Amino acid sequence: MNTLHLIDSTALLCILAMAGVTYLARITGLLLLRFVKIEGRLEAALQAVPPAILMAVITPVAIATGPAETLATGITALAATRLPLLAAIATGVISVVILRLFMV
Amino acid sequence: MIPKTNKKTKRVEGIATEATAGIKAIFPLIFAAIPIGLLYGAVATQKGMSVLEVTLASALVFAGGSQFVALDMWHYPLPIFTIAFATFLVNLRLVLMSFSLGPKAHKMQGLRKYLTFFFLTDETWALSEQRVTQKPLTYSFMLGLALPFYASWTLSSALGASVGALIETPEKWGLDFAFTAMFACLIMGFWKGKSTGITLLVTALTAAAVYKLVPGAWYIIAGALAGIISAAIQYKPEPPKNDKQPLP
Repeated sequence: MNTLHLIDSTALLCILAMAGVTYLARITGLLLLRFVKIEGRLEAALQAVPPAILMAVITPVAIATGPAETLATGITALAATRLPLLAAIATGVISVVILRLFMV
Repeated sequence: MIPKTNKKTKRVEGIATEATAGIKAIFPLIFAAIPIGLLYGAVATQKGMSVLEVTLASALVFAGGSQFVALDMWHYPLPIFTIAFATFLVNLRLVLMSFSLGPKAHKMQGLRKYLTFFFLTDETWALSEQRVTQKPLTYSFMLGLALPFYASWTLSSALGASVGALIETPEKWGLDFAFTAMFACLIMGFWKGKSTGITLLVTALTAAAVYKLVPGAWYIIAGALAGIISAAIQYKPEPPKNDKQPLP
């Protein structure tokens, strides 16, 4: 495949499949709501969903890539408690660049 | 021109105020999304996607994390089922997000709700949850949040795909880390003390083990489920509150 082609029918099908399942995920919660009541232990579990999912998503880089990335993730998390979002992200990116110079 | 202060202008003003509040809230995040969109477009063309395909993917899927995960598997012939399944796994969190935000969007009528929820992302969701702590959630506010974010994501992906070759070594600039850094920041926004720490630790250890042992995107749902279960185990019912004052 080269980048000169406009669109490939398999790629289009793949993109449409991705779009379909993603929209399904976006509205499934709305549909489920009609049947479930959220309280107690279920509520506690639901509150843990966003941090748990975000943590799982970044684990390969944050934990399983190298000491530079692991340290930089820690630094970013600390920065996030003190700085606005964009500044904290910049701190993370700059620290990973510096740390990679020292750790291979 | 002197504005007529009838019902209609009041309504229009209300819509404008809500939309402006949404735009203001999303504004800083646009600057975080643009480099990531550029990077997505650049990496995607290196994987063989055309500019039009990249643009369509960002416009129709509009979920950066899953789009990056799909790129990992983007080898021809395309494993469509595997990619679609991985996309769903990565985006399962959206089920829980819409489950949590849905009841708070009660001011929106049916179709409008299903339209705005197309734009649900970590960022728009987090800002909407923040908004409902102060004001009811409106259609105008959510579109004010969503549309600028949607436009910057789609356009920066397209631009990244067009000039992709220019960013040949994103590692050199640490740009490959921007996504991880952003998610690390979002995680801290959900910090509620020790129990969050335990949930994160359980999640990270499980996800790391599954990532090393099992191919594919299973580590995401395995890690998240382990963390969610640990949060459910940690749950302690609050002692019943004495809402009612004892009668005099």
